[in-house]
Amino acid sequence: MADTSTLSAPRIKPKVGRDDRIMRAFILVIGLYLVVTLALPLYTMLSKSFNTYSFDLTRFEIQIDKGDGWGETITPQTLNEATGKYKPEDLKTSSDGRLSVVSMIEGFSFRAKTLYRLRNIEAGGAFLSGSERVTDSEWHEYTSNEFRRVVLKPVKATGLDNFVQYFSNPSLFNSIFNSLFIAITTTIITITLAFTFAYALARSRMRYKGLFRVIAMAPILVPSLLPGIALVYLFGRQGMLHDLMGDQSIYGPIGIIAGSVFFTFPHAMIIIQTALSISDARLFEASDVLGASKTKTFFTVTLPGARYGLISASFVVFNLVITDFGLPKVIGGQFNVLAVDIYKQVIGQQNFEMGAVVSVVLLIPALLAFSIDRIMQKKQVALLSSRSVPYEPKVNKRFDRIMFSYALLVGGLIVGTLAVCQYAALIKFWPYDLTLSLTNYDFDVMDGGGWGSFYNSIKLAIMVAIIGTVVVFTGAYMVEKAPGFGLGRGIFQFLAMLPMAIPGMVLGLAYIFFFNNPDNPFNFIYGTLAILVICTVTHFYTVSHLTALTALKQMDKEFESVSASLKQPFYKLFSRVTVPVCLPAILDISIYLFVNAMTTVSALIFIYSPDTTLASVAMLNMDDAGDIAPAAAMGMMIFYANSLARLIHHFASKGLYAKTQAWRKR
Amino acid sequence: MGDGEMGEKSDRKQAFLQVRNLTKMFGSFTALKDISLDVAEKEFICFLGPSGCGKTTFLRAIAGLDIQTAGTIKQAGKDISNLPPAERDFGIVFQSYALFPNLTVNRNVAYGLESAGEGKETISARVNELLELVGLADQGDKYPAQLSGGQQQRIALARALATSPGLLLLDEPLSALDARVRTHLRREIKTLQEDLGITTIMVTHDQEEALTMADKIVVMNHGTIEQVGTPLEIYREPATLFVADFVGEMNQIPAVLGTKGTVNINGISLQCNSFKGKKGSSGIVTIRPEDIVPIKKSAAAKTKNIMDVTISEMEFLGSFWRATLSSKKLGDTSLIADFSANAARRLSLVEGASIRIELPQDALRFYEDGA
Repeated sequence: MADTSTLSAPRIKPKVGRDDRIMRAFILVIGLYLVVTLALPLYTMLSKSFNTYSFDLTRFEIQIDKGDGWGETITPQTLNEATGKYKPEDLKTSSDGRLSVVSMIEGFSFRAKTLYRLRNIEAGGAFLSGSERVTDSEWHEYTSNEFRRVVLKPVKATGLDNFVQYFSNPSLFNSIFNSLFIAITTTIITITLAFTFAYALARSRMRYKGLFRVIAMAPILVPSLLPGIALVYLFGRQGMLHDLMGDQSIYGPIGIIAGSVFFTFPHAMIIIQTALSISDARLFEASDVLGASKTKTFFTVTLPGARYGLISASFVVFNLVITDFGLPKVIGGQFNVLAVDIYKQVIGQQNFEMGAVVSVVLLIPALLAFSIDRIMQKKQVALLSSRSVPYEPKVNKRFDRIMFSYALLVGGLIVGTLAVCQYAALIKFWPYDLTLSLTNYDFDVMDGGGWGSFYNSIKLAIMVAIIGTVVVFTGAYMVEKAPGFGLGRGIFQFLAMLPMAIPGMVLGLAYIFFFNNPDNPFNFIYGTLAILVICTVTHFYTVSHLTALTALKQMDKEFESVSASLKQPFYKLFSRVTVPVCLPAILDISIYLFVNAMTTVSALIFIYSPDTTLASVAMLNMDDAGDIAPAAAMGMMIFYANSLARLIHHFASKGLYAKTQAWRKR
Repeated sequence: MGDGEMGEKSDRKQAFLQVRNLTKMFGSFTALKDISLDVAEKEFICFLGPSGCGKTTFLRAIAGLDIQTAGTIKQAGKDISNLPPAERDFGIVFQSYALFPNLTVNRNVAYGLESAGEGKETISARVNELLELVGLADQGDKYPAQLSGGQQQRIALARALATSPGLLLLDEPLSALDARVRTHLRREIKTLQEDLGITTIMVTHDQEEALTMADKIVVMNHGTIEQVGTPLEIYREPATLFVADFVGEMNQIPAVLGTKGTVNINGISLQCNSFKGKKGSSGIVTIRPEDIVPIKKSAAAKTKNIMDVTISEMEFLGSFWRATLSSKKLGDTSLIADFSANAARRLSLVEGASIRIELPQDALRFYEDGA
């Protein structure tokens, strides 16, 4: 039936109008942005993980003149065999490896009058003389004194060697089990706590719901390592409640899990609350009329209705925990997890290839969790019918009291954690001098970049909020509204979804590989604030993109058709109608980006420079240096900055709403 | 119309909109199959058909919103087949109204006028004129959400007419409104269209809407055109069984064609004027309920096409009675007939009565099976 050869008229090739051309150009530009800031760095990182380096001693030739003319031509291989200095496994190295030639020469003395000649057998091999890189195949002559600074460079090969090495080293691959254990345990605890809390908000008539909702969201405003610092003050070796720990140490899985529950709680709560709030009241009435008990209703109506939300929340929490770096760095002690391993390999051992390998290992569970979450979210949407009736809980004094006590407990723990940090920040020297002082706020005398870090963070967050919102919303509009161009839009959509599946550590490392390469034309942004802005926008692209898409999908599909029929360019519609109508969503995107830019550590830890130190990174570095109280003080500064931003956002939304959204009122 | 065309005008008036061999495919699904259609200037055309018949696809192809896979469209002599919507000359009104929610009524209507480089006063005069045209002159400062559905649809109409387009496209404009508003707006749109003399195409699945508003109806099914005709032609002389069935109520009786337009229903021989097919071919004979005439048994001698039936059910529908008629000869098939209250009283038509009916020759139409 679809045989096009039966068409009785020639095929029509639609003319691409001016609007279409502009929109496609936008898709291409923002798509290219995502390729350069996401796809290419990730590709570079992946290929790094398969690169192995070793010294090939047969690729060089040496001649030695001990005062009686040049001796016979030999390779370093011959020298090494004679001295037995290096075994084959010693010749494996990283991309940065160097091997001194003279270390293989028996009885070498830099004072001897001996002359040396060295050459690459083939052009393309490399050795260094001081800092000069020699890659031709000519002979180069050196005195003894010069020759001691000549080092050989390794050759690159591609293969699975790095992975073999990783999996044959228990101290490395044990981290996989550690990470999974932490992530799964945290998920179970967080989901249970968050579900009960969301249930209390949605299904009880307890008092102060608004306040509880605000408190439950507070952990989003602080870096994930802040609860770690609070835990140290509470349960550390000199902690206020140290005795409660018995023989256990807070440094390790207990600390990581406790802190992870704190920082993932709001994320799970939002998702579950949404799932509970879209449950249809008519189902509860039906269950009531049919005489089902409360328990039965809970298990046959409430839980199934929220199941996609629960599953989705589980994978979000799992993903957050397994990719988190700040918290296990602060409180993990000797307990290794994948995200910290990447850091140790790269920063501690300068083994970039192994860092890339751990990144790939970490990518697998993250990608898996992300995919399942996406599938669940799609199913969740289908459950919502436009005829659903919102549920109105009835008064039940006993139930309401129990729920209130629970909410009070959870809310108290959250506020308590923040209070401990604030208290710690104001104490002169815990636990010896408990007088209040502001000495811990004297960041300029500590590691981490001082108050400059804080201002850098504010600058970064504002730039990310503005640039990110413009890029994300424009991109989402083009991909949603541009006619035709299916393939281009498909690729764009894929690139926009990808960042959520990429752990921050992996993205940061990929940025080192990609942008720190001198051959890269974008190399100039390395070490600037710009690369931090770009990295952060990319890191948090997906959620912003989805928020924008949801808002855009609620717009009448025919606006574009009407505007085109009236011969108006699409950008007039975009600025006059689309943006004003979507303003609430646009403000939501910008505050989301701001808050995350203030708190993120993982993606930026690899690419900040001495000129662009950040508050969250400073927290980590101060903690590392033992300045825990100043770290807590900095953490609370981030909290206050974010709270202020939130407040401004709240009032700005309200003001703009009154001004530009008058049409929403009937 | 330009002076140059005056010469040929008398000979053969060129259609305002010419559609030739239009085919639209979505992947492997063919939504429109080789459609051709002419629309005269100032005509009001309705695309009528069940959902999924391709009528909206056809309209969107004319608008350039979903350009056809193959085939050509000419508007006012210009080939517009591959042009994007912005380069065509039409105004459009959607079922959802698609009014910009954050703009006032005034600014909605002015939306298409602003870039034409006209002064504020000209624009505001034109907006007032348009709002007056649709009877909402005093609503200019309100937002769309503050208006009723019918008012919103009139604003959408005013906005579409603002730039004086040569062609007005209406995509199920009345479907979202309640019955009373719909009837009222039907008449208003029709009057407006006649006053402005604007060529109009409306998509609808509501046959009553099509019959009351259109100059010509295009009945569509499965991506093809079944019939093009005036409302009366469509109703009185449906070209296919599908049209007969889709528009209005229709009795369908299996029959076999004889010679010279006789049809045989289980031994009853009837004469019918409209038939196609060979002698002996089986098919369906149709008649509208209101065309069935109850007659006195005594009057039988003069008339042909009579049948004796029993009234198995009478349903009172206000101005007339709807009767269900059955007969042994008809087997399982029963006939629906509409009798005026007057006739019912005169001939004492009641449930259970045996009566004689006439199936007038000019009201019977035979459709061959598979045709």
